Amino acid sequence: MTSQMISGIAADRLSSHKLKENFTDLHAPLQPHEVKVAADRCYFCHDAPCVTACPTDIDIPLFIRQISTGTPEAAAKTIFDMNILGGMCARVCPTEDLCEQACVREMAEGKPVEIGRLQRHATDTLMMQDVHPYSRAASTGKKVAVVGGGPAGLSCAHRLAVLGTDVTIYDARPKAGGLNEYGIAAYKSTNEFAAKEVEWLLSIGGITIENNKALGKDINLDDLGHDFDAVFLGVGLGGVNALDIGGCDKLGVSDAVAFIEILRQTSDLSTIPIGRNVVVIGGGMTAIDAAVQSKLLGAEQVTIVYRRGREAMSASRYEQDLAAKHGVKLMFNVQPKRLHGNGAVAMLELEYTADKNGNLEATGETLHLSADQVFTAIGQTLKTNASLTLEGPKIAVNSAGLTSRAGVWAGGDCASSGDDLTVTAVAEGRDAAMDIHKTLMKGA
Amino acid sequence: MADLTTDFLGIKSPNPFWLASAPPTDKEYNVRRAFEAGWGGVVWKTLGAEGPPVVNVNGPRYGVIHGADRRVLGLNNIELITDRSLEVNLEEITRVKRDYPDRAMIVSIMVPCEEQAWKDILPKVEATGADGIELNFGCPHGMSERGMGAAVGQVPEYIEMVTRWCKQYYSKPVIVKLTPNITDVRLPAAAAQRGGADAVSLINTINSIISVNLDSMSPEPSIDGKGSHGGYCGPAVKPIAMSMVSEIARAPETAGLPISGIGGVTTWRDAAEYITLGCGNVQVCTAAMTYGFKVVQEMISGLSQWMDEKGHTTIQDFMGAAIPNTTDWKNLNLNYIAKAEINQDDCISCGRCYAACEDTSHQAIAMSDDRTFTVIDSECVACNLCVEVCPVENCITMVEQEKGTVDLRTGKTVSADYANWTTHPNNPGVAAE
Repeated sequence: MTSQMISGIAADRLSSHKLKENFTDLHAPLQPHEVKVAADRCYFCHDAPCVTACPTDIDIPLFIRQISTGTPEAAAKTIFDMNILGGMCARVCPTEDLCEQACVREMAEGKPVEIGRLQRHATDTLMMQDVHPYSRAASTGKKVAVVGGGPAGLSCAHRLAVLGTDVTIYDARPKAGGLNEYGIAAYKSTNEFAAKEVEWLLSIGGITIENNKALGKDINLDDLGHDFDAVFLGVGLGGVNALDIGGCDKLGVSDAVAFIEILRQTSDLSTIPIGRNVVVIGGGMTAIDAAVQSKLLGAEQVTIVYRRGREAMSASRYEQDLAAKHGVKLMFNVQPKRLHGNGAVAMLELEYTADKNGNLEATGETLHLSADQVFTAIGQTLKTNASLTLEGPKIAVNSAGLTSRAGVWAGGDCASSGDDLTVTAVAEGRDAAMDIHKTLMKGA
Repeated sequence: MADLTTDFLGIKSPNPFWLASAPPTDKEYNVRRAFEAGWGGVVWKTLGAEGPPVVNVNGPRYGVIHGADRRVLGLNNIELITDRSLEVNLEEITRVKRDYPDRAMIVSIMVPCEEQAWKDILPKVEATGADGIELNFGCPHGMSERGMGAAVGQVPEYIEMVTRWCKQYYSKPVIVKLTPNITDVRLPAAAAQRGGADAVSLINTINSIISVNLDSMSPEPSIDGKGSHGGYCGPAVKPIAMSMVSEIARAPETAGLPISGIGGVTTWRDAAEYITLGCGNVQVCTAAMTYGFKVVQEMISGLSQWMDEKGHTTIQDFMGAAIPNTTDWKNLNLNYIAKAEINQDDCISCGRCYAACEDTSHQAIAMSDDRTFTVIDSECVACNLCVEVCPVENCITMVEQEKGTVDLRTGKTVSADYANWTTHPNNPGVAAE
């Protein structure tokens, strides 16, 4: 018997019908006529600001014009030329902070051209035809190891494969795709899109994937350097920051990344247990994804608590509003102080904070939130530095993605250049591939 | 409250909006609905000679140029004149005119270019009590292959001859509908006038192939894999029609000849423009076929509001008002100097003005790193392209340069004198004198 009012953490809060409805596509694909109207709104700007705002520099006005003339396949090619994961980026990019924020129609009327949805229309059209629009150049005779089969690694591998180099991807997980497969809210990647996209990308040929091979455990840089002409690291941030307050060991406290992963990998959402009162600690996209999905699973009260003000939250205003729209309560300037409960967590004690000359200070005033489940989403960390020079918490790279070690490039979330966006990871993987190719072909 | 009543050739109608001879006026049922909706008059769909009526194709008759939101921009048709019997049409015309005495009822006619054919049909039409006739010398497809429609309209002598027969055998006003598929519309208009026409109406549709199906390689609309040119109408043809109207209104020979304006009238504004170019009324088809008869209500309210705002109490007040300002290029004042001006507050930095000017015009717009666009007065020839490609209305405007100031492009002082090409030193005609 499904019931939202079961206390504690329980599965089966909502009917399977309701769950299915809750976890459908967040943004439905544009219908054919909507496509025409949406595409017609693009002004085909000169030196368009949206392109400047896109980390992968997709020629947005051109692809929208190609859509408007009835050639979405050509549009897809324009997109994939710059971003081979354009299909996923169309779903997960915070366009409201990137291309659509820069759109002149956003400035003019507060309604940008729907670039993300148009991109999805183009990429979906081509991918559904089950064709791969690229072929491989003559073999370079080189081989490159890519560590990490997430957006950065896949992008790098594909570009190298196109250029004629053979690639082996080593991925720590049973499936490739990285955060696309494990770390994005389920309603942003429906119908196994991440897995299908990987399959489609690999159809270029010349890329082998070795799953369940983790850096520092099953493979190491010395061996890879010996066996391959170059190495690209796109290992992401595999570790999570732990909450350091009293009561963290209580049942019902877990990290949000793992929760999101379970949601993505399950075949039956009704089996996922969720609390009646859920609190998510953090201020990024992971916090939003965990909170919204908690609500969609049937949690009665879901609260995001963030220690700084709204403006400091790394989740965009759009994402904050998305959470609010789903009934998630957002609390700002509160930090966790202690978890209470007899064995299982029952209450989260928080303390208000205030900004004092740029420093966050606790005010001494506290409050208590009922919580039978607490997710922490307070940042992710590099799992291994592989003896490379770090810059802050990440692997130091130059503008071409080269690390401190010759023959080893890095990109995506693990690299110092990254900004924790899928689209940036794709750009860095692509650019590193070009630099690897240039380096390997020197004198050839 | 403005009075929209029009008196065209003595034919009164409550407003200047008539439905053109076309599919919407083919039947009593439609015309009654049109009058109920408020149309001032109709030109009944063209009648042919007695006997078995023409037949239409049984496949698609229309093709359209659409805007992105399926807005109908241009309509092409291959429909012929009425395919119903003459008797039925005449009976219906009689009934409708009897029931709507305050509306204009014009009957369009197309019969072979033989005197007897006209002599036969005109008394029958006269008997309906309709207010006048319109001679269809414009239909560009199908009928023209049989020596009628545009085939007559393209030969001024035929126009004059048939018009004369009509004036001879019919007592009420005769309107001659002109085809645009000619080189100089003034010649057929003058021929109509010589034949005694009371008015001309224009334009009929323009020869057109609306699209080609790239799979079947057939023009559209396709009938079993083949297409034929049709007649083009709708908003897209309005500029062509207005130019032709203005030529007739301006030509000394035809000046003052009453004109019924046809071609892409979709809103009150279109109608007002036609009237300023000398039309006594307008005829509408595509707008009605796109939106239904109710669309006339906007035309009536809009024209009425505008007339009130301008202080026009009757249609006569502004009829032909733009004719004195419609002239030949050679008469345009070459000492009128303007420069584009970009309102930076309105600019949304799309850069379309820059791309257009830099690539295709005079390199007269500068673009800064922060996407500020400014006009370079020393290069700007005031071509207006930036104004027209700018997506923000009135963001870029053409500002007249004050007399006595220096035009930075030419280095010359802007003269207050009027001077045109006829007196310009570069004009070889002037030098020869």
